[in-house]
Amino acid sequence: MSITEILFWFLSVLAVGGAMLLVASKNPVHSILYLIITFFAVSGHYILLNAQFLAIVNIIVYAGAIMVLFLFVVMLMNLNADSEPPQKNRLLLYSGTIAGCCLLLVLVAALKQSSTTSQLVEMGGGDAGLIKNLGMALFSDYVFPFEISSVLFLSAMIGAVVISKKEA
Amino acid sequence: MPVYYYIFLSATLFTIGVIGVLVRRSAIIVFMCIELMLNAANLLLVAFSKMHSQAIGATHPTAATDAQIFVFFSMVVAAAEVSVGLAIIVLMYRNVHSVDVNFLNRLKN
Repeated sequence: MSITEILFWFLSVLAVGGAMLLVASKNPVHSILYLIITFFAVSGHYILLNAQFLAIVNIIVYAGAIMVLFLFVVMLMNLNADSEPPQKNRLLLYSGTIAGCCLLLVLVAALKQSSTTSQLVEMGGGDAGLIKNLGMALFSDYVFPFEISSVLFLSAMIGAVVISKKEA
Repeated sequence: MPVYYYIFLSATLFTIGVIGVLVRRSAIIVFMCIELMLNAANLLLVAFSKMHSQAIGATHPTAATDAQIFVFFSMVVAAAEVSVGLAIIVLMYRNVHSVDVNFLNRLKN
């Protein structure tokens, strides 16, 4: 087993375990911390695939900004383990879990036979994900979507302020 | 490493997100599960970009870079979506003093 495979399995277990604990934990603050673990594991996968720019952006945007925003909102509302009363209808809980497992089963069964799934992924090599190449593409071919996304951010910012104003 | 490892990892993460959306009732947790599903899709896009850079990289040198730009824009849209979504959740908490999604049936009747 090479070091790449060991790292792949370690990061996969970390990501899936963090996601499961996110769904299972009662306290919303703990859920957020588990989701941060999952995001760091996904960033580790990006580094393993040599997508350095996306790994850094994932840490800064998701694990940094978005999760701090979540934590801020949870603490602002003073949510704790009692704020979500336990699911009284056990049938709903089991049926949701079984439906999700069926979805996973269908996805795995449908994709297992495909011929493309046995193609190899380039690990650790290639210069497609380097900051230089992505920056050149972003500011030459994709400069118009980049500018449009600034308008999107402006409208999201104004929308968030207008929605959460005290007297609408 | 074959790409089906990444397909099954992403499918597992996506399924956990779906289960969280179906089972949990706190709006914040449901929203975090949606973020998890977005991240699973992003991870698969990056894995496919590296797969194609090895398979057709000689004839299409910009294919992998274009795919990763796509992931970057999906992260941009997710960041904008989170800011508006959390504002809506704060508004809902202010009105009904709870984040339970079962309270959101007011349009019924």
